[in-house]
Amino acid sequence: MATRARIPQLSPEQLDELGRELDAIRRELVADLGERDAAYIRRVVTLQQRFEFLGRALLWAGWFPPAWLAGTAALSISKILDNMEIGHNVMHGQYDWMGDPALNSKMFEWDTVCPSEQWRHTHNYVHHTFTNILGKDRDIGYGLLRMIDAQRWRPYYLGNPVYAFVLMVAFEWGVMLHDLEIDRIMSGRRKWSETRGLRRRMWQKGGKQAIKDYLLFPLLSGPGALATLTGNATANLVRNLWAFSIIFCGHFPDGVADFTEEECANETPGQWYYRQMLGSANIEGGKLFHLMTGNLSFQIEHHLFPDIPARRYQQIAPRIREICERYGLGYNTGPLGRQVGSVWKKIFRLALPPSRDRMPAGAARRTRLRALSGARGAEAA
Amino acid sequence: MVTALTVPHGVDRYLGLFNPLWSVGEVRAAIVAVAHHTPDSVTLTLRPNANWQGARAGQYVRLAVEIDGVRRTRCFSVASSQHRADGLIEISAKVNPAGTVSGFLKRKALPGQIVVLSQAEGEFVLPDELPGHILLISGGSGITPVMSILRTLIDRRYPGRITFLHYAAGPEDVIYHEELTDLAAAHPRFTLAETYPRRHGRFGRDHLAATAPDYADALCYACGPASLLDAVGALWLAEGIGDRLLVERFATPAPVTGTGEAVGEIRFVRSGISAPCDGRTLLEQAEAAGLSPEYGCRMGICHTCTSVKSSGAIRNVLNGTVTAEPGERIQLCITAPCGDVELDM
Repeated sequence: MATRARIPQLSPEQLDELGRELDAIRRELVADLGERDAAYIRRVVTLQQRFEFLGRALLWAGWFPPAWLAGTAALSISKILDNMEIGHNVMHGQYDWMGDPALNSKMFEWDTVCPSEQWRHTHNYVHHTFTNILGKDRDIGYGLLRMIDAQRWRPYYLGNPVYAFVLMVAFEWGVMLHDLEIDRIMSGRRKWSETRGLRRRMWQKGGKQAIKDYLLFPLLSGPGALATLTGNATANLVRNLWAFSIIFCGHFPDGVADFTEEECANETPGQWYYRQMLGSANIEGGKLFHLMTGNLSFQIEHHLFPDIPARRYQQIAPRIREICERYGLGYNTGPLGRQVGSVWKKIFRLALPPSRDRMPAGAARRTRLRALSGARGAEAA
Repeated sequence: MVTALTVPHGVDRYLGLFNPLWSVGEVRAAIVAVAHHTPDSVTLTLRPNANWQGARAGQYVRLAVEIDGVRRTRCFSVASSQHRADGLIEISAKVNPAGTVSGFLKRKALPGQIVVLSQAEGEFVLPDELPGHILLISGGSGITPVMSILRTLIDRRYPGRITFLHYAAGPEDVIYHEELTDLAAAHPRFTLAETYPRRHGRFGRDHLAATAPDYADALCYACGPASLLDAVGALWLAEGIGDRLLVERFATPAPVTGTGEAVGEIRFVRSGISAPCDGRTLLEQAEAAGLSPEYGCRMGICHTCTSVKSSGAIRNVLNGTVTAEPGERIQLCITAPCGDVELDM
């Protein structure tokens, strides 16, 4: 494994012990799952449905500004709950053990334009298996942005903040297009014709979502059509801004580590846990805040145990933090403002070409090596 | 239109907000009465919603209840008459000391609770044209489907003869003892013989000779423990009247014993392939058998390879947990079979 100043190194014995400790926590959580977890997710689903009803109903009177505002707020909350605490977590298989088809990872569809089947591939498999491995984890920059130093700078990245802003505003569409791997199509590594099936399913799901929010519900509002249309569009936008912010805080604040494919070849379970811990970051906040983030404010715990019900992360967080401290690994956490600020600072900083004095030692070395070898990820570990 | 408005969750998810019984296509039922006719059984009367298409006498339903947050599904024969006027259905469960579901129903079932049902299934039913003599043989909880047949025949004012041979430890163990005695008293063409093996011995030709000497002419329905059904089947086969016997076997759950040794067989039901277990994970064995199931991480985190296991016991190789729930969704990459396993793929 490469020596890098900012990543604490552990011996193989320490890594094995780390793996055993985390496996034990996992077993303990699995053994304790039951009634309360089932009741919790059902409560959240009911809550989401109530906000959705309330939002749609208030927007019928959307010509009256306070009703528009309250309706849009309720619908935004409904969509945030649907995407984060329900959709994201259910589709991770967190509630598969319940045997309820309505909460099953393979059957769930969420209220966003990305077909859940495609998201499960890009997120559950690609992102969660290869977290923060450059060249493997496509969530690093989503094929659009330069989010880590190790990505080689090109003049295209001068637009980094602009692309990030566009991605944030249109986040659900960005997530939908993620699986097309447009960057690979542009560079000729993937054929457009290969994506026919993907595109058809995107068109179907995106179409249904758009018809619902931008045609049917406005039409049902009669003279208030425009108010409903703008309310629905605003709710989708609010959800986009929120989801983007929370999700980018998960892996891109300062101090989060990234890895090379070589470093992660033949990983042991302990090394896998180690990478998940160092590659994720938490956000501090209250109970309501954690609910609205789908408990992705506990990104470190989520990446260690992605298929354990998210309501459990809060309960184990102190133990994970203690483990991190004991092994000398950073436990990256901070308030929302600081984490978001750190992400945007990075988006701006990485728009510019690296200058040696600004870069961490490891990244500088890797950039130099990459420049020498001329190929992404070809440097020796 | 309504469907388009409830994208992507579907109408059912919202209907449930108003009434837990409402659903577009799912059969849900409310428990309206709970009775305990014998110490080790429970009888539930259920009011199914409008999606219920009815059961023919002798059929069964798959009933799902949630226990500790987990939905458990078991098959139960419908015991009520096909012609029951109030549209309710009745099931009786014998409590298996090690049984999760029957024990739960016995202790926790209460009027007002909602259960999920399948439509009725099964071929253990009456023919369109009824013969002149129907012989019913049952043992223990095998009484439920034949009770449904008996009640249906009585409701139809069936003009033929009915002979009912039931095996139980004693009269106090016969779930429908009182009703059967009353029916036998009221209907001269119905002969009831409750048989207690400790007193009368096990099923044999002598029992038939005593109650229905013309059994060879009757259409016979038999349901009960495997030993009883084997004996009945052997006798009918020996007499060359096997085509006049219908048998209903309750599938017994696979014994949970294995530790993932290479024993038993994996059946891939939809592809019609079988392979002997070799102790590896189900994903590896499916691939070795020439199938190409979807997979992702191969380490149990992404759930891409989740599939339905129709029956059999499996072991989670990460934590050693063994489960044998029929129809459970399992991650192929981290489970190994414990003996015979059927996968829906």
